[in-house]
Amino acid sequence: METLSNLWLGLETALTFWNLAYCMVGVLLGTAIGVLPGLGPTATIAMLLPVTFGLPPVSALIMLAGIYYGAQYGGSTTAILVNLPGESSSVVTALDGYQMARQGKAGRALATAAIGSFFAGTVATVLLAVFAPPLADLALQFGPAEYFSLMVLGLVASVVLAHGSLLHAFGMIILGLILGLIGTDVNSGTTRYTFGFPEIADGINFVVVAMGVFGLGEIIGNLANESTRTVMAKTVTGLMPTKDDMKQMAAPVLRGTVLGSMLGILPGGGAMLASFAAYTLEKKVSKHPERFGKGAIEGVAGPESANNAGAQTSFIPMLTLGIPSNPVMALMIGAMIMQGIQPGPSVMTEQPVLFWGLIVSMWIGNLFLLVLNLPLIGLWVRMISVPYHFLYPAILVFCAIGVFSLNNATFDVYLMAIFGFLGYIFRKLDCEPAPMLLGFILGPMMEEHLRRAMLISKGDATVFLSRPISATMLLLALILLATVLAPAVRQKREEAFQEEA
Amino acid sequence: MPHVLHKKDFWAGVLYIVFGAAAFWIGREYPMGTAGRMGAGYFPTILSVILMLIGLLSAARAFAQEGEAVGAIAWKPLAFVVGSTALFGLLLPSAGLVVALLVLILVSAAASQHFRFDPNAAAGLILLVAFCTLVFVKALGVPMPLVGSWFGE
Repeated sequence: METLSNLWLGLETALTFWNLAYCMVGVLLGTAIGVLPGLGPTATIAMLLPVTFGLPPVSALIMLAGIYYGAQYGGSTTAILVNLPGESSSVVTALDGYQMARQGKAGRALATAAIGSFFAGTVATVLLAVFAPPLADLALQFGPAEYFSLMVLGLVASVVLAHGSLLHAFGMIILGLILGLIGTDVNSGTTRYTFGFPEIADGINFVVVAMGVFGLGEIIGNLANESTRTVMAKTVTGLMPTKDDMKQMAAPVLRGTVLGSMLGILPGGGAMLASFAAYTLEKKVSKHPERFGKGAIEGVAGPESANNAGAQTSFIPMLTLGIPSNPVMALMIGAMIMQGIQPGPSVMTEQPVLFWGLIVSMWIGNLFLLVLNLPLIGLWVRMISVPYHFLYPAILVFCAIGVFSLNNATFDVYLMAIFGFLGYIFRKLDCEPAPMLLGFILGPMMEEHLRRAMLISKGDATVFLSRPISATMLLLALILLATVLAPAVRQKREEAFQEEA
Repeated sequence: MPHVLHKKDFWAGVLYIVFGAAAFWIGREYPMGTAGRMGAGYFPTILSVILMLIGLLSAARAFAQEGEAVGAIAWKPLAFVVGSTALFGLLLPSAGLVVALLVLILVSAAASQHFRFDPNAAAGLILLVAFCTLVFVKALGVPMPLVGSWFGE
């Protein structure tokens, strides 16, 4: 049983004192920042990334993963208690969770979310352990042509499954790809688009882009429509779900887990799509669909399980193929590169300790979430109660110092300000910045694989079609694109994303 | 139906075209190479052409379809948040961390409509500055001068 011995290796890694500590700190920090309204997981991770740079790679990734699901859970807490989802994936949780809170069942809603997430996380971790190795084996046989096509497929899929306008998503991806090329071209040594600044001769640090676009951009956006909010429950009591609750949530949790795990693997899917789909599914199968939106426990259990399962399984393409399926995974890849690890299928064979340690630590992190968060709920409520006008200057301070500490250069601080400006403008024009970040991370890799593929084929572009795996992936990308452009599907897709409005 | 010049699609298209054209213009100096041996200019040129095409499509769509208006731009938060961040970068080496933080916090906070001086806010300000000094400079050793070149030595 190779899987078992691998998991044992992971267990040994994850259970060392320091890794356990970093996992716990990550989960706590992630939740603490994630509960703050208006701060989604992407912004949270971008903000906390510099904290992990001093750590050894394994601990850094374990902590980052902890921050990620901590932030997810924090977002759900805020959604339930103040009806202000901090991230798109907990928008649907707010629908029924907030209603439960208004009926005095905030504790039960929170517990439902926690238990559902834990179950989904456990299943998704097992899936990750079982499916990642064969996928990585397959990917090891990929040549540059396959990689290029895979990235095309990944980007197309992320566009198709993301919400918002297709055209703008493509525009932002291309823009991100171009921004990713800034710096010295590794093949020829030509410096590109640096405007003569030596500070960006090695390219723009992705943390600068992420913090500017997601951190600053979001702050400006939030300030543009400042509103007062009220915390639903000052003290949360009755944390234990009743037997009846348990019975009601069992099936939705199962359905949410299955749906979320599948959608998480797809590029562009991840947590958000999973939770929307799960909510729709629960409403469809329910005998009393009219209860939804009025505090139905299934409306919390299904989406919450799905979003955690999706968050977890989105690590599969990231760890095995080195392809980010959503902006959070793009940040993870960026963090790996900064730690000196080349993301891709070889991570599993060359860094087994990191790979398996990370997987096992995910399960442990989920356990921490369940055990720590419910008792600490009083603390989270207090964090949510901090008014936004006290909060955002502090966020800005951490972003500014964090970006400065990357290279100890004020240049990066200026760059972040510029990206903050751009981030707000993009948002204003309905151009989602998330695809831009994906493009930004993939830009240099895509160029490299394209070059190598074309070099091997001596300039013959048909190489992408004559190699079967590559051709299949391009065909899949084409089919995806065609289906989404077909009028019927297009309408459905728009309807599916309507619910969030 | 809002006027074309008010539509989001139109301005997004303009933005893509501007970025694409700039990337194309700057990139024309980079060697193109051939398809089999791509130079530094090959990939950027392809991308910038695609970006300009997408920009044209988006702008054209603004003429052909209904679309949302851009709406008012929040100039005050935009200027204050971006400006305070840039000021922080400017002041950090010359005036030192403490002054740079005070400016960053006060200027950015002034962007909010709830901004006013009261004991609570002042206490929070002092606490935040003290926290950053202790944690980032003393504990984590980020090389930021507490007092800048303007004031000493």
